[in-house]
Amino acid sequence: MRRWNVLPLLILALFFVVASLPFRAHAIEPGEALEDAGLEARARDIGRQLRCLVCQNQSIDDSDAPLARDLRRLVRKRLVAGDTDRDAIAYIHARYGDFVLLRPPVDERTWLLWFGPAAALFVTLLFLLWRLRRPRAISPVEALSVEDAARADVLLGDGGDEP
Amino acid sequence: MGSRRLLFLVPLAVFAIVAAIAAYYLSSGRDPRLLPSALIDKPAPVFAAADLAVGETIVAKGFSSAFFKDRITVLNFFASWCAPCLVEHPQITALSKVRGVTLVGINYKNKPDEAAAWLARHGNPYARIGVDPTGDLAPEFGLYGVPETFLIGPRSRIRLKHVGPITISVLKDKFLPAIEALKQ
Repeated sequence: MRRWNVLPLLILALFFVVASLPFRAHAIEPGEALEDAGLEARARDIGRQLRCLVCQNQSIDDSDAPLARDLRRLVRKRLVAGDTDRDAIAYIHARYGDFVLLRPPVDERTWLLWFGPAAALFVTLLFLLWRLRRPRAISPVEALSVEDAARADVLLGDGGDEP
Repeated sequence: MGSRRLLFLVPLAVFAIVAAIAAYYLSSGRDPRLLPSALIDKPAPVFAAADLAVGETIVAKGFSSAFFKDRITVLNFFASWCAPCLVEHPQITALSKVRGVTLVGINYKNKPDEAAAWLARHGNPYARIGVDPTGDLAPEFGLYGVPETFLIGPRSRIRLKHVGPITISVLKDKFLPAIEALKQ
């Protein structure tokens, strides 16, 4: 009986493993990729760092939108022209602004974004430490009165199943 | 005990601050989707756009970035398949009639015969029209889509960028004052 139950469990487990595999859809179309595998790998890497501006938070590598395709072509054009990865990203950044970068730059306008969570955590930890280390006045325990003891006896008494 | 009890007001105070900030930004009328263009006050990108031509017949002459040099230019990206372009067409036409302003167009990812038919039907207000059949030029201008319009001042400086159709209020409140400021 026990052995009979293992199979559906295994199938379920397999389902979750498959469902959680890092499956990535790429929107690169045939003919778009560069022949030079090294350059193409760099272009793919850059594409994953740039936002498709007309999509819902997809990278240009992931998106089928015409604008994303045009930007992928531009990245490849820049790389073929001899740009470094940093140059190619800077080229597009200069034209589309910060929004095109999926990883926002660290500057005074984004300090809150980058360091805010860590600062909030730090402040919370400080507060917790302060609260926990403070000596707490321990209130003396009063002795059980006769009435309370009698009541406890009724409640905990040997009967057990009365309400 | 009194200060202890005040401690319970801290979350309420934090909430009040967050709510006040949210209320400020919600009521300020600022559209968070509108992003400042990275190109404002930068020189226009260097390019050359070919004539809009159907077969051998030139519908409108093309232009290059050198065209912007010594004039005030309104540069409009448009296409015949783009419905908002038709919506803004009267305003674009009005811009072409503003004294001291030259209106030029980039015909974006459009079949030339369809573009020519559209211009014949709705009127051609453009002094020059260059073509961008493949969408190679558009990213140079940080284009999201059509229509998109740039005001380019002397020395090829980009002064204004508008994404989407130019409505009457955009024309009155954004473009005309900026053009007046450039003339001075």
